[in-house]
Amino acid sequence: MTKFLVSAAAAAALGAAVAATPVAAQTVKIGFIATFSGPGGTIGTHLYDGFMLGIEHAGGKLGGLTPEVIKEDDQLKPDVGLQAAQKLLQRDKVNFISGVIFSNVMMAIYKPVIESQTFLISSNAGPSPIAGAQCSPYFFSTSWQNDDPHAAMGKHLQDKGIKRLYLMAPNYQAGKDALTGVKRMFKGEIVDEIYTTVNQPDYSAEIAALRAAKPEALYVFYPGGMGINFVKQYAQAGLVKALPLYSAFTTDSTTVDAQGDAAIGTFGTAFWTVDLKNPANQKFVADFRKKHNYEPSTYSAQAYDSAQLIDAALKATGGKLDNKDALRDALRKADFKSIRGPFKFNNNQFPIQSYYLYETVREDGKLRQLGRGTVLTDHADVYAKDCPMKW
Amino acid sequence: MVIDPQLLAFQALNGLQLGVMLFLMAAGLTLVFGIMNLINLAHGSLYMVGAYFAATLQGWSGSFVLAALLAIPATLVLGVAVELVVLRTLYDRDHLDQVLATFGLILFFNEAVRIVWGPSALFMTTPDFLSGQVALPFGIIYPSYRFAIIAVGLAVALFLYGLISHTRVGMLIRAGASNRAMVGALGVDVKFLYTAVFALGTALAGIAGLMAGPILSVESGMGEPILILTFVVIVIGGIGSIRGAFMGALLIGVVDTLGRSFLPGLLRATFNPQVANAAGPALASMLIYILMALVLAFRPQGLFPARAA
Repeated sequence: MTKFLVSAAAAAALGAAVAATPVAAQTVKIGFIATFSGPGGTIGTHLYDGFMLGIEHAGGKLGGLTPEVIKEDDQLKPDVGLQAAQKLLQRDKVNFISGVIFSNVMMAIYKPVIESQTFLISSNAGPSPIAGAQCSPYFFSTSWQNDDPHAAMGKHLQDKGIKRLYLMAPNYQAGKDALTGVKRMFKGEIVDEIYTTVNQPDYSAEIAALRAAKPEALYVFYPGGMGINFVKQYAQAGLVKALPLYSAFTTDSTTVDAQGDAAIGTFGTAFWTVDLKNPANQKFVADFRKKHNYEPSTYSAQAYDSAQLIDAALKATGGKLDNKDALRDALRKADFKSIRGPFKFNNNQFPIQSYYLYETVREDGKLRQLGRGTVLTDHADVYAKDCPMKW
Repeated sequence: MVIDPQLLAFQALNGLQLGVMLFLMAAGLTLVFGIMNLINLAHGSLYMVGAYFAATLQGWSGSFVLAALLAIPATLVLGVAVELVVLRTLYDRDHLDQVLATFGLILFFNEAVRIVWGPSALFMTTPDFLSGQVALPFGIIYPSYRFAIIAVGLAVALFLYGLISHTRVGMLIRAGASNRAMVGALGVDVKFLYTAVFALGTALAGIAGLMAGPILSVESGMGEPILILTFVVIVIGGIGSIRGAFMGALLIGVVDTLGRSFLPGLLRATFNPQVANAAGPALASMLIYILMALVLAFRPQGLFPARAA
């Protein structure tokens, strides 16, 4: 009798679960993996705030479905990121995974996510293998291929007629990719190419050597705390005026307040600037400032577009998540108003987009990165030709 | 490869500056280790808190000097509180327990500053009178703030020398480093001595933190890189010895700086550029650890041990 009751209860529960399925289809589950703790934690906050504002501007729904965003901290550790991805795939059964700041975390989660046929929308990391031979129909990027913001600076320095350039970056993959990117478009003399220890706090020795080498300009890639240290020390050495500082991901709204006036007059390149004149961007920037009381960064902008991309695709499929091919076709159209202005996806599902020069200035009492013209127009990354995907 | 003498002098100054910074940290750590037999991994956290206090006070008052004058006692008070609440219970435990507990303190402080001050790095600037550069002989132009760090570090070293070699407290500290049990048996209030030594160490970490604030990014976790270097310094210098901490700190500062600036170039002159570019930076960052390994192999008690052999 007891056995019968248990079975009956189980059957009833099962029935209830089956009955509940259509209701569950009204939600879209998104796993959002980013670095929220440690020195990279600021970037995670910028990314997440951008993504959530994207959802808010879509009316709190994505393609008519109620979004359920599950936030996971990768602690900037590939193994922790992988665990988070597996949990999202197996236990939460998410429909999308988005976020992902660091390329090493991306490379760790990439295989399991695409093999589970879950769409992976990168809001930041764009390592070259994924753009090239290992591209996947389940991967989309709303940011850029890692080399390109740097390649844009290489182009700008080349166009500017700089003859002797000095390069510095941390000694890890992204640092090497960055300098490779610059050298792809800059054809002048590379006076020296210095790789420093990752998270090195003090650059006095390198700055002294740099001063002695007397280059015409300096390019650095020092994200996060490294950039704060470097830019402050560079200014204290009295070099900003004498030797112009060019960079990417070094001075942006995640670091500039800690750099202070030292950052004024330095230049960078990015796919987006806060003052881009298109209605989508103006709305994004105004509402972001109002809501969060800090300046949006490229990270916020990229993640905002990730949310917009998912929204646009789900609108096109009428909120249907199960037909992956239809969903992919809809994602590929990128039918939304990007904060970067018009763009489209390449065959590797990375954006073909323009890159801009920006200068750090003080505006309305705040340190901001304002656009100083277009460097590359409708630029496609060089790895796309290695990607076998055609559509 | 020809080494430019002007660059060499410049780098020697940079090495000296890094050295005195390390000394401020190492002096406190070595005293705590040598006298209280306590491995305090949270020493870097006190440095971080010193920098946060200084950055916050500078933000409020706009004055670096005022911030410095208040941040040091504030850090000291916090250090004494940590000693009374947590560390006091650890003196009789073995080193593994101490490492675990003080590692826990690192995590606690890193999260605590994120909760109190938020995840973004704080801004701290050099005082106006130190924001320029000083012109030294032979055409060397050196940032005045770093010059001030060297001056402060050397002044603190002089003060410690006076304190430890020529005062009664110093005598007790030296006695404690040589033979703790005997000092206690002679009727010295060891508990008070421990708190006083820890307070001194904390104040020195606070000074290091506040001096570092304007050149480094004041953020959660900033204490760990310098903590590792500081341990290298006290291992090389000899545990418990202020003189060892001073010499070890200068040695590490100079070796690290000169290695970083000249080793890649030297390698490039000898090997092909590809090998040199790959090996140079890696070898330069390993140099101080190689030095530590050599000291451990040939003089395991350190170069200037505190205890009589």
